[in-house]
Amino acid sequence: MDKQDNNHIIPYKLYLTVLAGLITMTIVSVGVTKIDLGNLSVFVAILLASSKSALVLVFFMHLKFDNTLLKILVTSVFILVALVLFITFLDYNYR
Amino acid sequence: MTKHETVSFREAQSRYKGIFAWIFSTDHKRIGLLYLYSIIIFFFTGVILGAAMKLELLAPGKTVMDAATYNAIFTLHGVIMIFLVVIPGLPAIFGNFMLPIMIGAKDVAFPRLNLLSWWIYVIGAIIALSSLFMSGGPPDTGWTFYAPYAFKTNTNMLPAVIGAFILGFSSILTGINFIVTIHRMRAPGMTWFKMPLFPWTLYGTGWIQILATPIVGITLLMIVGERIFSIGFFDPALGGDPILYQHLFWIYSHPAVYIMILPAMGAISEIIPTFANKSIFGYKVIVISTLAIAFVGYFVWGHHMFTSGMSGTALYTFSLLTFIVAIPSAIKVFNWVGTLHKASIQLETPFFWAASFLFVFMIGGLSGLALGALATNVHLHDTAFVVAHFHFIVFGGVGFAFMGAIHYWFPKIWGRMYNSKLATSGWIIFFIGFCTLYLPMFFLGVSGMPRRYYDYVERFHGPNIVSTIGSWVLILGLVIIVYNLIRSAYKGEKASKNPWGGRTLEWSVDSPPTLENFEEIPVVTRGPYDYRKKTEA
Ligand code: HEM
Ligand SMILES: [Cu+2]
Repeated sequence: MDKQDNNHIIPYKLYLTVLAGLITMTIVSVGVTKIDLGNLSVFVAILLASSKSALVLVFFMHLKFDNTLLKILVTSVFILVALVLFITFLDYNYR
Repeated sequence: MTKHETVSFREAQSRYKGIFAWIFSTDHKRIGLLYLYSIIIFFFTGVILGAAMKLELLAPGKTVMDAATYNAIFTLHGVIMIFLVVIPGLPAIFGNFMLPIMIGAKDVAFPRLNLLSWWIYVIGAIIALSSLFMSGGPPDTGWTFYAPYAFKTNTNMLPAVIGAFILGFSSILTGINFIVTIHRMRAPGMTWFKMPLFPWTLYGTGWIQILATPIVGITLLMIVGERIFSIGFFDPALGGDPILYQHLFWIYSHPAVYIMILPAMGAISEIIPTFANKSIFGYKVIVISTLAIAFVGYFVWGHHMFTSGMSGTALYTFSLLTFIVAIPSAIKVFNWVGTLHKASIQLETPFFWAASFLFVFMIGGLSGLALGALATNVHLHDTAFVVAHFHFIVFGGVGFAFMGAIHYWFPKIWGRMYNSKLATSGWIIFFIGFCTLYLPMFFLGVSGMPRRYYDYVERFHGPNIVSTIGSWVLILGLVIIVYNLIRSAYKGEKASKNPWGGRTLEWSVDSPPTLENFEEIPVVTRGPYDYRKKTEA
C-alpha cells in the first residue's frame, strides 16, 4: 500500500480563497456572454469551466495531496478531452 | 487443505441454491459464465435476424418481408450484435473468468459491483428489446440512431435508446473493476511488464469503457430530450445541428470498436505463443501498440462522417489520423506472424481460429484504409462495402477471436476436452461460409449497391445469391461448433491442468479452477511467455 497521509491540515483561508476564485469565475462566465467574441466565445466558456473543475479537483478533492500516478491519470484525461474538443472544432470553426 | 479448497467453483457451496447460486454469485468465474450464457442467447437472436435479411436479399423485390420490416430487422440486428454481443463480448466473459487467474488474484477488486454490472446488463437488454412487443414495433433508424430521423420516426425509439443508455453503465462498471484489479491485485512479482497480454488489452479497454461510454450516454439522453421536449439540439428547424449528433455518437462509437477488438487481439496474443510453443515476438511492442490504439482511437471518429458535410480541415485531419491508427494494428499482425516464424506449431482448433483471424483481420483492416481515404470514401460510403468491412473486422476479427478463445480456454472452464475433429470441421465450414457470405459484398459495394435497402436492381442478383448461400453454410458451421461444445461440456474426456502447454498462470490451477483459484497466491518470477524450460504440467 501507498503511504496513507490523509491527515494534512488545510487552512480555512485556502478553502475560502478557492471559493472566492470559483465565484469570480462564475460571474465572469456569465458576464462574458454579453460581449460578442465570435468563435472564441465557446473557447472562453470551456476554459473557465475547466479551470473551475481543476480547482475543485486539486483542492476540494485533494488531488494535490494524492500520489503521482493519480495526478498523471487525471491530467491525461483532461488532455484527452481537450484534444477531442479541439478536433471537433476543426469542423465547426472551418465550416 | 480443507475440502472446500479442493472442489471446483461449480461444486462449491454458497448461501444460495440452484439457479440463485448463479445469479447472486459474486464469484468472477460464475459471473463470466452468466455473461457467456446471456450473450449466446442474444447472439443467436441476432444470427436469426441476420439470416432473415439475407433471405430477403436472395432475389430483387419483395422476397419474404416488406421494407418496413426489413428496416426494423437491420436495426435490431445491429443493436443486439453491437450493444449486447460484441461490446460486452470478450471482456465480460473471458475477462471476468480469466483476468483474476491470469494475474494471480482470487477475484476482481469489486466482486459485488461485478454482479451488479451483469444485472444492469440484463435489465438494459430487456428494456432495449421490449420495443419488439409494443405496438408501433421496434425502431427502424439503424443502430446508429441518426438525427433527425431518430426523433421523427413513429416506431418505439425510447426503449431502444434508454436500454442502450442503461447498458452503458454495465460497461463502465466492468471497466472500473478491471482497471482497479490490474492496478492493485497483481500477484507479488508480477510487474507491469510481466503481465500477460490479455490483461493488458483489458486494461486499455477499461479506460475506453470509462471515458467514452458516458459520452454516448449523454447523447442518447439528448435524443430522448429531443423527442419528448423538442429542445433543439439536433433539429435544424429548431436551430440545432444534425451533424452534432453524428459527432457525439461517433466520439463514443469509434472508440467502442476498440472496446471490441482490443480484447480480441489480447486473446489472439495468448493463443499464438501457446500453439507456437514459443515466446511472443516483441512483447513490449505489443503492449505499447495496445495503448497507442486505445489512445489514438479517440481521434478518428470523423471517418464515419466524411460525406456528412464537415469542414475540409476536419476531413483531412480525420483521414490522416485514421491512417495513423492503422499502424499499431498492423504492428501487431507482424508480431503474431513473427511469433509463428520457425516455430514448431501445434495444429489444434484454437490455433486454426487464430490463424484465420489473421487472414480476415487483414482484409478487414485494409478495407478500412480504402474507406479512410477521402476520395474512395465518397464512392464507398453507405454501400455494401462498408457492411463487408465491418463484418470482416467485427464478426471476422472479434468473432473468430471469440471462437479461438472459447476453444482455447474450454478445458480450463469446463474441465473437459471437446472432440477436436468435430471442432475443426466446424471451423472450416464456418470459415468457408463466412468468406462466401461477406466477400461478395465488397464487390457489390464497389459496383454501387447501397446498404440498408430490402431491394436491389437485377444487376446485383448474382453476388447476392452467393452471399445468401454463404449465410447458410456459416450457420451450418455454427451449429456443429455449438453442438460439439455443449456435448463436450457434459460428456468430454476429463482435461488436465495444462492440455496445450500454456505458460500463463491460468494453466497452473485446476481445471475447472477452485472457488478461490489459488491455494496460495503464486510468486511470479518469469515473464508470461517464457518457453525456455518446460514447467511441470
Ligand atoms: C485498420 C483500422 C480501421 C480503419 C482504417 C477503419 C475505417 C473505417 C471507416 C473509414 C469507416 C466508415 C465507412 C463509411 O461509413 O463510409 C468504417 C466503418 C466501420 N468500422 Fe472500421 N476501420 C478500422 C477498424 C475497425 C475495427 C477494429 C472495427 C470493429 C471492431 C471497425 C468497425 C467498423 C464499423 C462497425 C463500421 C460501420 C459503422 C456503421 O456505419 O454502421 N472498424 N471503418
Ligand atoms: Cu470508426
